[in-house]
Amino acid sequence: MKRPLALLAAAALCAAGLAAAAAEPPKRDDGRRSGFDFMTREVQAIQRDDAQNPAMLWVQEGAAAWDRTDGTANRSCASCHGAASEASSRMKGVATRYPAFDAAVQRPITLAQRINACRVDHQQATALAPESQELLALESFVAMQSRGMAIAPPRDPRLVPFRERGEKLYRQRIGQLDLSCAQCHDERAGARLAGATIPQAHPTGYPLYRLEWQGLGSLQRRLRGCIAGVRAEPFPYGAVELTELELYLMQRAAGMPIEAPAVRP
Amino acid sequence: MTVSRRTLLGAVTGAAVGTLVVVRPAHAADDLQAAIKAFTNGAPLQRGRVKLDIAPLVENGNTVPITVHVTSPMTPADHVLAITVLNEKNPQRDVITCRLGPRAGRADVSTRIRLANSQQLVAIAQMSDGSFWSDTADVIVTLAACVETP
Amino acid sequence: MARALITMPATAKRGEIVEIRTLIAHPMETGYRAGDDGQLLPRNILRRFSCRYDGELVFSAELFPAVAANPYLTFCTIATVSGTLEFTWEGDRGFAQTERVALTVAA
Repeated sequence: MKRPLALLAAAALCAAGLAAAAAEPPKRDDGRRSGFDFMTREVQAIQRDDAQNPAMLWVQEGAAAWDRTDGTANRSCASCHGAASEASSRMKGVATRYPAFDAAVQRPITLAQRINACRVDHQQATALAPESQELLALESFVAMQSRGMAIAPPRDPRLVPFRERGEKLYRQRIGQLDLSCAQCHDERAGARLAGATIPQAHPTGYPLYRLEWQGLGSLQRRLRGCIAGVRAEPFPYGAVELTELELYLMQRAAGMPIEAPAVRP
Repeated sequence: MTVSRRTLLGAVTGAAVGTLVVVRPAHAADDLQAAIKAFTNGAPLQRGRVKLDIAPLVENGNTVPITVHVTSPMTPADHVLAITVLNEKNPQRDVITCRLGPRAGRADVSTRIRLANSQQLVAIAQMSDGSFWSDTADVIVTLAACVETP
Repeated sequence: MARALITMPATAKRGEIVEIRTLIAHPMETGYRAGDDGQLLPRNILRRFSCRYDGELVFSAELFPAVAANPYLTFCTIATVSGTLEFTWEGDRGFAQTERVALTVAA
């Protein structure tokens, strides 16, 4: 009597879990907090209001770039994916499942790298420089279409060794200050560091407008900044180590809602 | 003696931490007075009718929301001509000067500013009848703007 | 052409006070910051903003380096007649940009 019920319950939970990953974030409080929660009310208000959020200027730029033809194939993103005005349905959920494994290069790639791969392969255009305004604009436009959706890292076994290396790097002490990401963001989240509150480092809002940058930037820019901050040599943009770290961070943040494009201090 | 303690406590509870007192070096205050005088052309500055809204404790001085609201009927006979915001310790006193008129309907302006330091801000409204009204706010800034390298 | 975002209602009743919110992409380089080489980065800011409603100036502002990057500015105006509102930003390095938004005013 007990066993069949338990099996049914387990099956129901599995189904609910899968559905939850695709739609609403989990209601259970597991102690994970977005960087949003560590900000002042005033800065939260800037993120909440699309009329005020400076990142929306990049999103607007991204929407225009989406519809623009480029490359010798004379295609725009819209040629394959539909017009920017339809992007909310076509691109919904895309940002929740990056980094993803790319069979062409046999390793995980970020959303920005995916956009560039599309440009090169399908538009026959040149790749946009990493952290360039145009690439950030396209990335912010695509990421925003997943706003409110739960981060859903792909259950792809090919990603496992990369994610494991990302976790190893997260826990490794580096730099002249000999600090690991875990020491600040796991052990000391909520404490103060040089006048700022240490967040838990969940990349829920990238690319985001950072007040310190007075501009929009990617997760890779933030990671490089942190790595330089502990006086270690930052990996170059596009390095697989940065993708592996992002892969681990996104798994760690699985289920949390995407806030892109966010605002952070 | 009791009155001055109460005033001090009132000023201190305005700050989130409670023990920090805003110290104003003499020359900064003089510059601010000169800037105020330049705007009012020496006319007397009255407190009131102006509400300067800004967070008392700011984590990051790079982008600080601020709203100035002036009580005025905004009719052709009686309206706000201009609103200026001045600061005490940024490299430059001026922040923004807005010109309104009866077509504004409401004398409400909002923007986002940079603060290089914990300091005092002054908002002054110039009325159509030639009078000047003001409000001040003391802001504590944890991370300064203007002086950080990019 | 800098990206600009203007948020305001498309329609209003005559006499109604309309709130206008503007946002424009601009670094607002203060002229007080040093670059990596220690040299001061030259000032590059927006200096003036104006709003003309059906040709008449209804609001203007003088901006200084203390205005944050990607300036956000909100103000009000009374809906009088249906017409075009022109928003102009001017600044250093010959920066000049105008955005136009139509407002339909019902009686």
